[in-house]
Order: sequence, then C-alpha cells, then structure tokens
Amino acid sequence: MRLSILIAAAAATVLACAAIGTSAYAHEFKLGSVEIDHPWSRATPPGAKVGGGYLKITNKGTEPDRFIGGASPAVAKLEIHESTTTDGVARMRQVKDGLVIEPGATVDLAPGGTHLMLVGLTGPLKKGEKFKATLVFERAGSVDVEFAVDAMGVAAPVHSEHGAAE
Amino acid sequence: MTGLRMLRIALWGAIGLAGVAFALISTGLLPKPDATPDATTASVKEIGGSFRLTSHTGKPFSDADVKGRPFALFFGFTSCPDVCPTTLYQLSGLMQKLGQEADRMPVLFVTVDPERDTPEQLASYLSSFDSRIVGLTGTLSEVDAMTKTFRAYYRKVDIGDGDYTMDHTAAVYLMGADGRFVATLDPHEAESAQIGKLRRLLGTSL
Repeated sequence: MRLSILIAAAAATVLACAAIGTSAYAHEFKLGSVEIDHPWSRATPPGAKVGGGYLKITNKGTEPDRFIGGASPAVAKLEIHESTTTDGVARMRQVKDGLVIEPGATVDLAPGGTHLMLVGLTGPLKKGEKFKATLVFERAGSVDVEFAVDAMGVAAPVHSEHGAAE
Repeated sequence: MTGLRMLRIALWGAIGLAGVAFALISTGLLPKPDATPDATTASVKEIGGSFRLTSHTGKPFSDADVKGRPFALFFGFTSCPDVCPTTLYQLSGLMQKLGQEADRMPVLFVTVDPERDTPEQLASYLSSFDSRIVGLTGTLSEVDAMTKTFRAYYRKVDIGDGDYTMDHTAAVYLMGADGRFVATLDPHEAESAQIGKLRRLLGTSL
C-alpha cells in the first residue's frame, strides 16, 4: 500500500517535471546521502516491449537504505529485476523486496545482472535520447533522474562524444 | 603430409575435443559428474537433427535449409531485455567482422515464446541486427520439438499481472556442416577468439 502511494507520487512528480520541461544533463544525481551515477539504458529493437535501466547507487550515509523501484513516463512499469545465467540457463526474476544498500556500499545495476526492467515501452528507445524517471528509496525518498540511451546491446555505457559503439 | 602438419592437426583435434567437452559441461548440456567418454560422445551426437519451423519472413524453414552448411543457433525471445539483445548484438558484430565469409553460415534465432513472437514480431525485432540472422518461430509443439532436438531448456515463468518471462538455455550452438554439434560460443571470450572459432567452423582457418 505504502509502496504504491510512493510510486504514484513518483509518477506524478515525473509527469510534472516533464510538463515544465526541466532538463538536467549531469549524469550524477544526489538525494541526501544517496548518490546515483550515470543512469543509462540501451536502444531497443522495434517491437520490443521491454528494456533495461542501469546505474550505480552509493550510500554515503551511516544508515542502510533500500532502493524499491520507481516510475517513468516512458514505460508502464519500472521494476528491479535480476538476470542470472546458471548452468547455461538464462533466468530473470523481479527483486520484490528491493535492494538494500549498506552504508558506504555501492550497488551496480548493469547488463547481465541486477537491473531496472522497463516494462511496457511506449516506443523504441533510441540511442542519444534521454528519458526521465523517478527512483524511490525507503529512507532517502524519491529522486528525479534522467537515463541516457546508449547503443543497442553494449555491455557498458559508451559516451557518445567518444564515438559510437561498434 | 609433413610431421609438423600432422602435429598441428592432432593438436587442434585435441583442443577441439576438450573444448566441446568443456562447453557442454559448462553450459549444462551435459551432466558434470562421472560422465564416461562413451556417454559424452553419445550426448554430443544427440544434439541437433531435423526440425520444422517458420522463419521471420513467414516461410517454412527446416533443417533442409541449412543442410551441408555449418550454422549457429541460439534460443531466446523478444520480450527479453538483457541477454537476448546482447547476444544478437554480439553475433551481429562477429558477422560484420567475418563479412562475406558469414554468408556461408546461417545464424538462427529460435524463439522459445511463440505465443508472442509471431513472424511479424521477429521481423520487426531483427531489423536492428545483422540482416542475415534468421528468426524462427512455430506452433508451441514445433518449438518444443526444436528445443528437445537441441537439448535446450526453456520454461514459462509467471511474473504476475498476467505477464510472464521465459527461462531458456543461453548458449550459442555452433553446428558443423554435417549437422553435428561442434562447440558453443563463449560471450566472455575475446572477440578475436570467437572469430577464430567461427573461422574454424567455416573451414577457412585451422
């Protein structure tokens, strides 16, 4: 219940921000003791309904916090998922209880592991574009960020100023 | 035949055998413990065979379409945000590096989610990757038969709200011109090593 209220509030915030056209080109975001480094995503093929969101979260505080998800006008749902490949089988599951970030710890959401699952894309994500999202933390609250869309299939972000991915 | 040449062939043969065994064990296609050499050989022989599916262009596609040619194959689905586009992207990169050489090696992307992955959906999805990649779908039973032929694992997993995801074997199978399993591609290997593996499959390098 509390989670859905938070997410609804987050969605409302995102929509409000999108409406007034706030733009932020920095790739780092801060919310109290939580630092978010370079939220990025990958271009999606036409017809794909899902995508991945990646970022690093560092807890600079003295208390543990919990990353519980978020919302974005670009997608129907934004969930935390974990991909694993064990004994040759690829699996993906939602991380329902969120991710605990201990004081001083950094959580890396990256391709092939724990990531944000963008469910229900309203259209293909294109390289070079950005989309807004609000990320929600149990303790720190919610923070507005922008995801930079990188090339399709790349394992790590390739900054466009350094040339395109192969 | 010179002694050196024979030694090279023998060494590559040994490396190849070790590679196949390692790939099978590491991808879970073969059981780890106490697999006797006989059992290993038998299992490898059982990977591959005849199949009948529909390509992303809506045409029938069967083992006859790859007969006499080496080919690569992997299982996935288009509602997969992570592993499948990464694999398709990497394969596209390898195919581009191989250039025209790759024309002789069909690359097949077989969906394990035929309920959502129609030929049209596959065609749309694959338009972002190397145009030589063939998407394959079929009825549920045709796809099921395909996974059994290639000893692949898949399972539909309910994730709530009427939505689902698919667990599936992630390996890229490399099949020889005789239709037999040769090796798997390891995505963590250096690209040059993967290119070398594909060239050996194509018979353009020892």
